[in-house]
Amino acid sequence: MKLHEYQAKEVLARYGVAVPRGRVATAAADAGRAAAELDGKVVVKAQAHTGARGKAGGIKLVDDPAAAEAAASALLGSRLVTDQTGPGGLPVDAVLVEERVAIARELYLSVVIDNAAGMPMVIASAAGGMEIEQVAAEHPEAIQRRYVDPTCGLQPFQARALAFATGLGGELLAPAVGLIEALVAAFEGGDARLIEINPLVVTEAGALLAGDAKFDVDDNALFRQTELARLRDRRQEADRELEAHDAGIDNYVKLDGDIGCLVNGAGLAMATMDAIKLAGGEPANFLDIGTANRQEAVVAALRIIGADPDVRAVLVNIFGGLARTDIIAAGVVKAKLEGALAQPTVVRLAGTNVTEGLEILDRAAVELIHTEGFAEAASAAVQAAREGGT
Amino acid sequence: MAVLLGAASRILVQGFGRAGQLQARISRSYGSAVVAGVTPGRGGQRLAETPVYDTVRAAVAEQAANVSVIFVPAPYAADAILEAADAGIPVVICITEFIPTRDMVQVKRYLRGSATRLVGPNCPGVIAPAQRARAGIMPVDVYRRGDVGVISRSGTLVYEAVDQLSRLGIGQSGSVGVGGDPVIGTSQREALELFEADPDTRAVVLIGEIGGTAEQEAAEYVATMGKPVVAFIAGATAPPGRRMGHAGAIIAGAAGTARAKQEALRAAGAAVVESPSEIGRTMREVLGEA
Repeated sequence: MKLHEYQAKEVLARYGVAVPRGRVATAAADAGRAAAELDGKVVVKAQAHTGARGKAGGIKLVDDPAAAEAAASALLGSRLVTDQTGPGGLPVDAVLVEERVAIARELYLSVVIDNAAGMPMVIASAAGGMEIEQVAAEHPEAIQRRYVDPTCGLQPFQARALAFATGLGGELLAPAVGLIEALVAAFEGGDARLIEINPLVVTEAGALLAGDAKFDVDDNALFRQTELARLRDRRQEADRELEAHDAGIDNYVKLDGDIGCLVNGAGLAMATMDAIKLAGGEPANFLDIGTANRQEAVVAALRIIGADPDVRAVLVNIFGGLARTDIIAAGVVKAKLEGALAQPTVVRLAGTNVTEGLEILDRAAVELIHTEGFAEAASAAVQAAREGGT
Repeated sequence: MAVLLGAASRILVQGFGRAGQLQARISRSYGSAVVAGVTPGRGGQRLAETPVYDTVRAAVAEQAANVSVIFVPAPYAADAILEAADAGIPVVICITEFIPTRDMVQVKRYLRGSATRLVGPNCPGVIAPAQRARAGIMPVDVYRRGDVGVISRSGTLVYEAVDQLSRLGIGQSGSVGVGGDPVIGTSQREALELFEADPDTRAVVLIGEIGGTAEQEAAEYVATMGKPVVAFIAGATAPPGRRMGHAGAIIAGAAGTARAKQEALRAAGAAVVESPSEIGRTMREVLGEA
């Protein structure tokens, strides 16, 4: 679960990370007032769950409260389209109005989980403001990494090494070490998957500030991160995904194609998308129904797929382990009978209770395309989507 | 021989609720020795024809359990893994999904240097058809005994690959589902090492996914292996930045893409298939050549 920049900064500030003075505003007039309180010269930043906001016009430097109000007025209520959002963009319901600081240097600092080591890793670079991937590709030597061993936590010598290697010695050493330690504390305390400060700013006055902040909370830990869970902004999530979430289906991702997919297991669901693509089609969604051995869950999932105006054919691909194919089959038939799934539907069943499942499909008075193999199912769905369009 | 399991495996189920009992029954009718269940507070009962204990240590003392399969709910699963390790269980297989990553960071660190090998979490488990040993949730009908090992991050893709192999008359020495989470016990590379060392395995299917760099680390080992490897990477069509079900399946950087993983495996000498439906046929060709 992602936090907005203003939320991330509030959380980090509580752990002792220094951030620029700022106010969040949901109305243009409030943004103007906030600018006045911050001495006029401010930056107005669109709050949306995406990076690359600057290039997309989502960050505006202004010199007085009236200009701040105008900038906020243009941003609020708009949809911000960046390299990362897709053409629909994301709604801007709030702006962060922040003091403008005189920047001497920009650095990069983050904490992530390193899957291979199975530990959090602090990453620091003197090259801030850039995408870290790009820095890693062009100047791998400019990136410093230190592991946070869960038995003893990040040690001060590690924080000092990161600081020295990124030019934060001298007067900046103590604040840098404090900031790195605070970031790690926030990472662990908040069950984060990622915290990224880019840029980390050294001001001309010699202060260290988090210029921007990304904070991604581990969804699996939300049960114990109740305070952070309340910061969820559902408006940043696609409507259809929310509908799926409300129906108890968490593993649904809307995509750009026209073939709706219902699959059990995340790996098989990805492989099904791949098979559709190889057959010349495009998946309309990723959906892992998991082991939901309840007919209603299957019907609810198919209703969401069926209601997607982009979907011209549906592929149900189930390999039953824990999941029972007979329950899935009954769900497909029910969705068809209820008219929730008007599109041509290809069904491929294998595994647990497949004989019973196939019998249910055969007996039902609904039109279904049934295939035995994986590739045939994908081809049949692609074919059906094409025919559905002519 | 097989990997991780054998005829001497004595299986304990931690979290002996409905799912645990159901899977214990399936394993037992397959021919596995399911010797105990552990649910704190239910010690002394008998459920699903199985004695239940309050602690893993008691189950080990009374039933000589040496494999644990964990179904304990996510908030308590890390504790269950550590209890099994503390009791000296050498093979611990965690089926539970949705465990917080921070918990797994601690578990992984605790297990470093210990005698316990963890498989999973968020995995379908391990099976050895020749030994009729099943510690997990996989459907048994699709398996045939034979000499191909199967390794996968995804559960259902294990079944898919095994089914394709079995339909072509190619049996399996075993399958290991390593799990779909970011931080897991046994890596793909370590699972490859187990099958490479197993005298009853002739070739290996490796099924990876987008996200992370585990397939690249596996590829480094593939380059040194004597046995042929057929590999498939799921998620070639997944968009960057979106989580595809598994917490580990997010393309965060260039290394996480299916393309980068396919290239690493191909360069290491694996037969990499583009389509998931080609796994069985490609293995048949590889075995024909081998």
